[in-house]
Amino acid sequence: MSGKGSQPSSYPQRQQAASGYKGKALDVITASGVQVGDALIAKNEKLSVSGILMPRSELDDDRHIVIKLKDGYNLGISVESLTLQRLQPEEPRRTAPAVEAKSKPGLPKVAIISTGGTIASRVDYKTGAVSPALTAGDLYQSVPELGEIAEIRTEILYSLLSENISPENWKSMAQSVYRQIKEGADGVVITHGTDTMGFTAAALSFALQDLPVPVILVGSQRSSDRPSSDAYLNLKGAVLAASRAPFAEVGVLMHKGISDNGLVIHRGTRVRKMHTSRRDAFKSVNSPPLAYMNDGQIEALQPFRARSGGKLPALKADFDPDVVLIKSFPGIPPDMFDPLIHRGFHGIVLEGTGLGHVPEKIFHQIRRAIQAGITVVMASQCIYGRVNMNVYSTGRELLSMGVIPAGDMLPETALVKLMWVLGQTTDKLRIRELFSSEIAGELSQRSAYTEGRE
Amino acid sequence: MSSRVGSSTNAPGIKVGIEIHQQLDTASKLFCACPTVLREDPPNYSVKRRLKPTTSEMGDVDSAALFESVKQKSFTYEAYEDTVCLVELDEEPPHDMNGEAVQVALTVALMANMTPVDEIHVMRKIVIDGSNTTGFQRTAKVAFGGFIMDGSERITIQSLCLEEDAARKVSEEREGITYRLDRLGIPLVEITTGPDMHSGEQAARVALSIGRLLRSTGKVKFGLGAIRQDLNVSVEGGARIEVKGVQELGLIPSVVEMEAQRQIALLEIREELRRRGVSEVRSDPADLTATFRSTSSKVLRKAIDGGGRVFGARLAGFAGLLKRELQPGRRLGTELSDRAKTYAGVGGIFHSDELPGYGITAGELEAAAKALNAGEGDAIILVAAPLEACEAAIRAAVARAAEALVGVPSEVRSANADGTSRFMRPMPGSARMYPETDVPSIVVSSERLEAIRAALPEPLDAKAERYVREYGLSRDLASLIADSPHSPAFERLVKEDSVPAPFVASTFEYTFKMLKREGADVDSLDKEQIREVLIMSSRGALAKEAVPEVLRWLASNKGKGVTDAIASLSLAGTDESLVRSAVEAAVSENIDLVMREGERAVSPLMGDLMKKFRGKVDGRMIHSLLKEEIARRLATK
Repeated sequence: MSGKGSQPSSYPQRQQAASGYKGKALDVITASGVQVGDALIAKNEKLSVSGILMPRSELDDDRHIVIKLKDGYNLGISVESLTLQRLQPEEPRRTAPAVEAKSKPGLPKVAIISTGGTIASRVDYKTGAVSPALTAGDLYQSVPELGEIAEIRTEILYSLLSENISPENWKSMAQSVYRQIKEGADGVVITHGTDTMGFTAAALSFALQDLPVPVILVGSQRSSDRPSSDAYLNLKGAVLAASRAPFAEVGVLMHKGISDNGLVIHRGTRVRKMHTSRRDAFKSVNSPPLAYMNDGQIEALQPFRARSGGKLPALKADFDPDVVLIKSFPGIPPDMFDPLIHRGFHGIVLEGTGLGHVPEKIFHQIRRAIQAGITVVMASQCIYGRVNMNVYSTGRELLSMGVIPAGDMLPETALVKLMWVLGQTTDKLRIRELFSSEIAGELSQRSAYTEGRE
Repeated sequence: MSSRVGSSTNAPGIKVGIEIHQQLDTASKLFCACPTVLREDPPNYSVKRRLKPTTSEMGDVDSAALFESVKQKSFTYEAYEDTVCLVELDEEPPHDMNGEAVQVALTVALMANMTPVDEIHVMRKIVIDGSNTTGFQRTAKVAFGGFIMDGSERITIQSLCLEEDAARKVSEEREGITYRLDRLGIPLVEITTGPDMHSGEQAARVALSIGRLLRSTGKVKFGLGAIRQDLNVSVEGGARIEVKGVQELGLIPSVVEMEAQRQIALLEIREELRRRGVSEVRSDPADLTATFRSTSSKVLRKAIDGGGRVFGARLAGFAGLLKRELQPGRRLGTELSDRAKTYAGVGGIFHSDELPGYGITAGELEAAAKALNAGEGDAIILVAAPLEACEAAIRAAVARAAEALVGVPSEVRSANADGTSRFMRPMPGSARMYPETDVPSIVVSSERLEAIRAALPEPLDAKAERYVREYGLSRDLASLIADSPHSPAFERLVKEDSVPAPFVASTFEYTFKMLKREGADVDSLDKEQIREVLIMSSRGALAKEAVPEVLRWLASNKGKGVTDAIASLSLAGTDESLVRSAVEAAVSENIDLVMREGERAVSPLMGDLMKKFRGKVDGRMIHSLLKEEIARRLATK
């Protein structure tokens, strides 16, 4: 549904000859001298169909080939005693005329940095394959209103499914944002796959300090090939926020509810994907969102860092990737820590239960880890609320070992922050100090009641 | 006009094809676990969405999609927490395709002599009228290349697809359309015939055969909208026209005839235009608001007073043609008007063939014609609306006029209740489908097909024959019950519960229909309750006469049982001894009559006793007790 199901993403990279085919099916195709895209007649003992040879999902078996009939339907035909006879090539495919990037003069400048994901991707309607395409022209073509909002410059940084994004990528994203701001962008939009968009948002919040303009991450939960996609509204909202929002922070913009009539901008360090598929999957946790956007009007919900045109952010984009996130659970085997300690990771984020607890059975391992020089921090798997390790004796004992509580930080934000802290310093005291102080709105001393605003 | 209707049926080269959509009565929807129920109670919540057309696989925006996008609408979707889930809301990927529905589709395919595909692939078919939350309909080709017989004629069954039904339109406003999601996702079998039929009657006959074939699976839904027919009609020289939404089989012949008639009339108009030397239709719209500044035409007045304009255009060489009737009450002018309505949202257009009229004077008409440079042989059209709508309306109407030069424009039309039809949208291009990558394909094994083939359902004709033969039903009743959704219940009651077949069949076919006419919601009756009532009655525990009353009571007292019905209707407690003593008393009271008339006294006494026990005691029991008692008295005389 998010467009990365069985077929899409890998087609563009795949070898042409027989996309997705393997084993017996590939043998038949190769032996018949036909290629994907050829018009042909396919005949076995049961069926005889004429159509176009289509690519096949790599997960499907090797006993069928896929044919697109003239009426548009695909069907699979068994390769058992199959003959393929190529027909005259069909008419060359018409492609949409390229649209020239045009916008009204005097509009704010917005840079759109594409990292992949389903937003602002294009679909090959023949195969269903989704591929990134993000020239300004493409964008104006799919969302013409963008040209009314801002003068857009585009940059294709990656074409990555967001589960494949790493701290390395955060760094180059931060550098790209920095460069775009330096080159005069009044706001930056980053299109991103939704799975790890929250992690990236947190990372950029730490890596780009003293931001002069907004940096808006935006994604979509429904791929842009479908008429019901949330991509258009989200992208439009993101460009609007980047060009007009009064705040200069890293935000995540998505649907507010499951209707197409309200958007919400979350603070980058406070947002979490809370649903696998809904349009409104992203929620602010332990903090109200930065703002709502209704019909293009931005309504701020809490104090923010204001725009300061003409300045440059402080770029601190180094992350230490040697940090792991471990969720505690009943019966967690103590020896699972052995390889971590042995390998010499630099940090462990524990996602403890309740106020910040783990079973006493793993205490000796945590003590060993800290003694080995690993920074261990504690967040809560409750997601909502803050850790407090003074209430029960287990918490107090963990504190005395040197475990650093993460306050009301999201576990994922704690992970990203620890990576960033360890990327900035190796000094133990400095690490504790940096991790425990508020840097980008990720941590607060007050736990406000935010029901209904998330 | 009516004579034309008859003659056009036999028009040369008339070709008819049918597309049948039948809802399946499966336990769950095609791509999620929601039940397949339609509801009338108020929905729990609603969601608002917009759709955006996307470029089609050919790289250009599909004409149907483009057309729909012209109408910028928002869509409201009504839903129920307990019978609609995130899949219908387009908030969760579809689940695997419903195996039960696939089984029914394959069964129907084999019954229609079709060849199933080796592997079923689900496609996304772009439909952006809002009736699908996704903006596309999921559909899969299951089989093709079959036939059924119509007498000695072979009718090709080109294709069988399994697809999801669309959401149900609840209301339509200027700003948007409201749909209800209960229907979205109910499995539909779509069967398409070749253009093999040559008359409306034949098309109706074939549609009925296909409908009965579908019903024989015992897995289809009944009731309004459960089966829908679209017709493809063309005459020689005309074009393939799709007429959608023919709700009743009985309407098929007149829809076909009137469409043929329309195409023939359009071809005649084309010939006439050629004779007149008209080779192009240009659109030179002019703003005529000044001309009509002081008009007394209500329509124009209202538009002008509301800040709108009056626009006109000349149709060179069209004089007299706009009033040419295409179908009863529908002229070429109506076709132009329909286009303007659909594309520009205006109320319609005026044309010179119907003017002066509608408050527009001869003087005004003359002035308008003069302003438009229209002469004797020309027609003019007028529209009154806000500026933009005026321009769009004239554009659309002139475009339709230009198509008169081609003859029959290829389009999708919507059937009216009288068999005529109106413009719905242009014929969509064929290339508006791409793979549904979220649903895995399904291999159709030969073992599976063999298993289905070995246990194909009994055709309904054979079933009716069997009911006559085995259960002694009349031919009429046998064929009614064989075709009915109650036939499995009927067989069970007769075979397992030994309830007399005619009683069961007539209850289902006659009593139910009577109760339904009276407004009782018998369709929602619990199957087990119906069974209980019929068994009780056949065992003498409930009078036959009381059966309709009990069913009626149960239909309006949901959640209550048969015993509640009996208690509430005070049908209980009348055992034989009570009846016997009443009979004895009646005979004693009328002993003179009995002595005088003998057995003939049964009838008059019966009347009084029935009044007393109606609905509580089977009439036959009273009758036999009465006979017995009279015989006893006569014997002891």
